[in-house]
Amino acid sequence: MRKVLQPILAVALGLALGLGVTRIAGESPWHVLQILWRSAFGSNYDFGMTLFYSTPLILTGLAVAVPFQAGLFNIGAEGQLTLGALAAAAVGALWPVMPWPLAPVLATLAAILAGTVWGAIPGWLRARRGSHEVINTIMLNFIAAGLASYVTLYLLKNPDSQNPETRPIGAGYLIHQFGVFGGAPVSLALPLAVMAAVLVWILLWRTVLGYEMRAVGQSEPAARAAGINPGRIRIIAMSVAGGLAGLVGVGEVLGNAGKFRLGFSPEYGFIGIAVALLGRNQPVGVVASALLFGALHKGAADLDLETEHVTRELSLILQALIILSVSAEGLWSWMKKRREA
Amino acid sequence: MDSNSDTAAVMATSTTAAVELRGLTKHFGSVQANAGVNLRVEPGTIHGVIGENGAGKSTAMKMLYGIFPPDAGEILVNGKPCAWNSPADAIAAGIGMVHQHFMLAGPYSALDNILLGAEPLRWGMIVDRKKARAELQALASRYGLAVNWDEPIETLPVGVQQRIEILKLLYRDAQILILDEPTAVLTPQETNDLFRNLKKLRDEGKTILLITHKLREVMSFTDRVTVFRAGKVTGEVPTAQTNPQELANLMVGRKVVLNIDVPPARLREEQAIEVTDLCLAGTVAGSRHKLTEISFSVKRGEIVGIAGVEGNGQTELLQAILHPRDPRCRTSGTVKFLGEDVTSYETLRIRDLGVAVIPEDRQQEGLLLERPVSENFLLGLQRSPAFSHAGFLNSTNLQKAAAQAVEEYDVRPRDLTLPAGKLSGGNQQKLIVAREFQRKPRVLIAAQPTRGVDVGAIEFIHNRIVRARDEGAGVLLVSFELDDILTLSDRVLVMYEGRIVAEFSRSEVSERELGLKMAGS
Repeated sequence: MRKVLQPILAVALGLALGLGVTRIAGESPWHVLQILWRSAFGSNYDFGMTLFYSTPLILTGLAVAVPFQAGLFNIGAEGQLTLGALAAAAVGALWPVMPWPLAPVLATLAAILAGTVWGAIPGWLRARRGSHEVINTIMLNFIAAGLASYVTLYLLKNPDSQNPETRPIGAGYLIHQFGVFGGAPVSLALPLAVMAAVLVWILLWRTVLGYEMRAVGQSEPAARAAGINPGRIRIIAMSVAGGLAGLVGVGEVLGNAGKFRLGFSPEYGFIGIAVALLGRNQPVGVVASALLFGALHKGAADLDLETEHVTRELSLILQALIILSVSAEGLWSWMKKRREA
Repeated sequence: MDSNSDTAAVMATSTTAAVELRGLTKHFGSVQANAGVNLRVEPGTIHGVIGENGAGKSTAMKMLYGIFPPDAGEILVNGKPCAWNSPADAIAAGIGMVHQHFMLAGPYSALDNILLGAEPLRWGMIVDRKKARAELQALASRYGLAVNWDEPIETLPVGVQQRIEILKLLYRDAQILILDEPTAVLTPQETNDLFRNLKKLRDEGKTILLITHKLREVMSFTDRVTVFRAGKVTGEVPTAQTNPQELANLMVGRKVVLNIDVPPARLREEQAIEVTDLCLAGTVAGSRHKLTEISFSVKRGEIVGIAGVEGNGQTELLQAILHPRDPRCRTSGTVKFLGEDVTSYETLRIRDLGVAVIPEDRQQEGLLLERPVSENFLLGLQRSPAFSHAGFLNSTNLQKAAAQAVEEYDVRPRDLTLPAGKLSGGNQQKLIVAREFQRKPRVLIAAQPTRGVDVGAIEFIHNRIVRARDEGAGVLLVSFELDDILTLSDRVLVMYEGRIVAEFSRSEVSERELGLKMAGS
């Protein structure tokens, strides 16, 4: 019970603190809350946009949660999703006449593969060379960004556009968008992300491999003594994470833009860390917290327009305050101890 | 050694007790750690405090030392009621404690470690080492605690480090010394030295509280003994009027067999373990080898004990035979299990030959402390057909087998959902034994099987190891506890500085001889 209650209370606390800040900025907190709510859930379109932002966050949240269960910290989801999207767009741009449904399947596999490779590299470096995945994933983010720029601007540049983006993918690649959301680009990528969460849950809690991952995450010496090869498990965990992050490319390229646009991600990979943290690194929790962060992202976009003093940055402050209150576990145990004393 | 001689303090009740605990009670959450503990320690005595793990003896001592306050009850020191806020108050009142894990700063000299936090100052700011050295020298020679003041502590033997811990207390003018499991890391000779020194301290008027689970030490070195069980004191007796059997029964609350009867081994022809010229080079070029040309064999149906002081290569030896592929564990030599050369095998494949392991550090290597008992029961068996099929776990079988094993091996409480870290040491060990014996072992490697385990569980684990032997397992037993080695082994090897330096058969082994070899002479 506490496991569910604690994140909810933390969110409430963070939200209250954030609204306190708007008060200081000279805006009525009630007014701000109303705008946030209306903007995130007010209409089919608004809710659709919330879902659209939540979809990649589910995937990046999982991409952080899976390695976390195996005792690894994946800061590289941003790079992994960049390459996933790039690979999907490249397949679509290079072979534009591919028929549906083969086309989206191929592009999806390409996205998964690219992300997997980008995740496997730091996994391998950690397992075989002992170099820390936090540093390597951060550096690989930069390399991925550079690589994506080069491919976009020099190899697959869209000749009909001034924007830094690749040639459009063939029509056979586009996946279904749901009509009920009034034009918000909610595509099949959403059920795909939810399905990924279900599969991750099965992996972690119902398979031998998942058990071994969690054993390594709990205690490497114990896992090793039991005959589990921690290095191999680490490589697998990071590869799975990379593949999950790579799937972000499906929603963006096949379900939304129809091409790879440089800088399309408002740092989904990093918000994914917060999503995983708030979701306690559990698939169900990740889906729920991705929804929350998606709503915050959408809701805050309109604050700028509809209020005098509050800007988009408030959303970032809110997110930061929520993360702070979630991570303040010390505070919780302190309060608990006081109650017992 | 005759400790209960006339030099022991007079036990007249008319004197004021050095320490008196009256009705001490302490809860942690829903757990009652102490329920009305009464304890009286006469000044100038060595007072044993014994009990199983979790019996509440450490809790009581920690309250006496001011680490946390009691919920109810009174602490009297020299007849005066005390209410500490922190150990600093207890220290000021003349109480000192040597913890099981020493609180020393490794790179600092002995002198600086002793002064740390109690530096004598000249002109209020400069540490007066000269004066301190003179004072300490006087203290050391008075109590016969010779120490080299200027060596970095980490280069000194454990026995000397402990001496420094004691000097630390004396320097702070402690009159009442609490020692928590002081002999866990000492050789038999160092243990004798320690107790000789403690007796000297007692004869100089200090009061000593000795927390231990070793009945032998209680019997030979204490004047009086208090027994804890389940948060209560179940007995307080003059040592001279009791015996180990009575103490063990008081500790466990039932009749315990202290030294189980081990029938002679019926050796089988097959070799269980054969190790040839096993070496592990030191990590730094030119440094001493961690393992040097180790060769030995264990037949099925035999228990071979490896005796030695902690840190003489036992850990490395175990790692080398269980992870022979790993270059960090083995640089040369071969390992065979059951006649099969496993030197190039992965650990999983070795374990699947029927090799059960009770790991040296059960919390680190043996268990996932935050995970439930059932998941711990699965560790290492997750790929066996009994518990998984095509990569998916079979939790029905697991729950059934775990429930059965917990029953058979008497793991308490019988709760499969409880995190393993919440079990007591003895029950954690029983859980590991239950799991490993699922394999129907043909080879059993038991490292420190009774470390930190209470008397009742020791009896149980000893019995199980002998049974495994009689069912045809070759057993390699590595233990720092001589009692384990002497009770169980059909043959004893002694390790010293990464080599096997002696071998004894069951009939020719003596404790004295073993002790000498363990110390390298």
